[in-house]
Amino acid sequence: MTDSAILDAFFEECEDLLVALSDGLEDMREGRADSETVNAVFRAVHSIKGAAGAFSLEDLVGFAHTFETVLDEVRSDKLTADDDLLRVLQRAGDILANLVDAARDDIPADRDQVDPVIEELQSFLGTEAAAEEEFVFEALSLSFDGAASAARYVVRFKPGQEFYATGNDPVLFIAALQDLGPCEITVEKTELPEDFDSFVWNEGYLTWQIIVGDQQNDLAIREVFQFAEDLCELQIAEEDLDEDAPAGDADLADVVAPDVDTPVDVAPVDLPPVDTPPAAPAPEADAPSTAAAKTEKPVKRAASTLRVDPERVDRLINAVGELIINQSVISQRIDEAELPNSAELYGDLDDYKLLAREIQEGVMAIRAQPVKPLFQRMLRIGREAADATGKDVNLITEGEGTEVDKIVVERLADPLTHMIRNAIDHGIESPEDRAATDKPKTGTLRLTASQRSGSIVIEIIDDGAGLNRKRIKQIAVEKGLVSADATLSEQEIDHLLFAPGFSTASVVTNLSGRGVGMDVVKTAITALGGRIAISSVAGQGTTFSITLPLTLAVMDGMIIHIGGQTMVVPIASILETIRPSPADLAEIGLSNHLLRIRGEYVPIIDLASRLGIAPRATALTDRVLLLLQTESVSQCALAVDDILDQRQVVVKSMKGSYGEISGISGATILGDGKIALIIDPEAIAAVQANELNAQVTAQREVSHAAT
Amino acid sequence: MSAHILAIDDSRTIRALLTATLEKAGFAVTTAVDGVDGVEKFQQAQADLVITDVNMPNKDGFGVIDDIRQGSVNRAVPVLVLTTESGAALKERARKAGATGWIVKPFDDDALVSVIRRLTGT
Repeated sequence: MTDSAILDAFFEECEDLLVALSDGLEDMREGRADSETVNAVFRAVHSIKGAAGAFSLEDLVGFAHTFETVLDEVRSDKLTADDDLLRVLQRAGDILANLVDAARDDIPADRDQVDPVIEELQSFLGTEAAAEEEFVFEALSLSFDGAASAARYVVRFKPGQEFYATGNDPVLFIAALQDLGPCEITVEKTELPEDFDSFVWNEGYLTWQIIVGDQQNDLAIREVFQFAEDLCELQIAEEDLDEDAPAGDADLADVVAPDVDTPVDVAPVDLPPVDTPPAAPAPEADAPSTAAAKTEKPVKRAASTLRVDPERVDRLINAVGELIINQSVISQRIDEAELPNSAELYGDLDDYKLLAREIQEGVMAIRAQPVKPLFQRMLRIGREAADATGKDVNLITEGEGTEVDKIVVERLADPLTHMIRNAIDHGIESPEDRAATDKPKTGTLRLTASQRSGSIVIEIIDDGAGLNRKRIKQIAVEKGLVSADATLSEQEIDHLLFAPGFSTASVVTNLSGRGVGMDVVKTAITALGGRIAISSVAGQGTTFSITLPLTLAVMDGMIIHIGGQTMVVPIASILETIRPSPADLAEIGLSNHLLRIRGEYVPIIDLASRLGIAPRATALTDRVLLLLQTESVSQCALAVDDILDQRQVVVKSMKGSYGEISGISGATILGDGKIALIIDPEAIAAVQANELNAQVTAQREVSHAAT
Repeated sequence: MSAHILAIDDSRTIRALLTATLEKAGFAVTTAVDGVDGVEKFQQAQADLVITDVNMPNKDGFGVIDDIRQGSVNRAVPVLVLTTESGAALKERARKAGATGWIVKPFDDDALVSVIRRLTGT
């Protein structure tokens, strides 16, 4: 793993930890917390701090440290998590998330935002605790200052029971000393019991004296005993050459390595056999009693996950795509072969289709991620926006467990951020305004996700003032997007928000209006194969609904015929199919046809002429109409020659080879191996809408000129 | 022969860092994601040294050491505690639990490797 890969993994882990943190804090707020909740919250912050330290992310480490200290006090019941503290903890959680983001983007932390929260956190800590919390990293590596003359050090070392009990082996210590310089090693065995029966394996009977030569000071030696200083009797002193009694004098019974120049390799075999295995295994009979008897309460196992390179999953998805194509090829072949007694074969084929779909769903599930981390981030952004605008907003999320393709989750972040900020900045009114209109002072912003028949629906619902349609139209007229006397339905006005060039520049605040318009939001959603719709009721609020396909690679398509060509229309946008009777049809002008359906008129778009090909039949009554739901003209009917089939198609992008083609979103390979274009109903309808507007304007101008 | 290290930490970042550092230094590394997993792996694997985090779900680092020291397998294995705190109280607790030593996060790669070499005699 490279360093940058580990860093990436760290930020991924932070996402998970931040979710755990925010979940825990929410449980604490709701009064559902037990001690494990508080522990989990503490651990989340602690883990972020620990790992951030490894990358020298000091802002993050420093903040996490203060945060963690407060949580530790809560954990140990020194602090009570009352509303006041919970509010600060919540805020701290937001700041921590911001710091993670800042670290990821490699930008400096916003001290103006961070410092006040640190102060608030500290205010909960007693002065004592604060003083105690001098936060220093203990450096492990030791530096040697200056080149003092080399000296010899005498180390007297007598390990005791504790030393052996903590996994230490004297042999290794001596070996480490030998690495430092030439050693004279002697062992003192006088304490060994004469009587073998009274011998205890881990009793410290032996004392070693090691004279280590060639040392500048005692630091390196002390480092060897770093963890064991208090576990053994230990004296380290510079050799006193004036002393009469040199090393290895009479009271040392056994000289192991008397030769200064050639240090003896202290291998276990050289040592008295009694001390060699500090790890004397317990008697066999003991084993089951300690291991098996320990049947503690069942512990929750960490969810076992598999981390896979996304490219491998993509390859798998591609292969599944091919499988689905292959399946339709086989279907087609069987049809063409006109086999006798093919009923069984068709049964098998149906099984095959079912399996292929199952595999496809399984593979897509690998890429699926819950929207939860995304929603948590949005909550944070919402809270910040509410703070910045001084509005009281209750933020609610629903359906956090809804799973969406990983790419969708990633690409939704920016559009959602923008919409959440908009909803708070422009949608929800100030507490005073709300009070004046008999609304609760606190506004509500809901972010919901759900799965509805093959689509994911994400809604942003505010209970604010609703869209100011008069103002929207006025802006659109000023920007030259519509003519002043155009008659627009409410829905059409609402959709002006998405028009390129419709900027809310006149109402720029420091919050929204950061140069990202709703048209960018719409582009992002469309790029994901999704749609966005608005509904708004004056005084009651606005709802933005984003509908996204479950998968990006495969879609359900209606296979149609048009002018001898086979094409695909996404089923998601088809409301119904109609074979019109003459009574259903009406005309306006020379070339515009309308379909009357349930008392409403919707424009008919001739797909063939739109694409520049000749339709097989010219009379609309000989053709089929697909009633489409689109944003730009709400409903419209697409005239095609015939409907062939309804099946899953694998979407292949053509952008790489042909660039963007208006009206075509991609291509697919059909069962007969032919390539079929996939129609983009939204783009087709948009062209129609523009033309209609142009015609209406032109007609008005004509009629103006005539008068 | 390269020593086999069992690294127990609930943070996958730290696990990745430890693995990268130790493998580069020529150690064989097994990782475990929490205390329970750690003790289980310890019983299966012939670890020459254990590095464990303190704050972990299910079983903390002290619990791990306790299980190792009270267990029947390889109970005298050196165990290093990996911790962000450097306070004396923590060291005291680690020592009581039977830890061989402690490493303060963020750890210095070279220092970590040299401590492990020393404790494993490699």
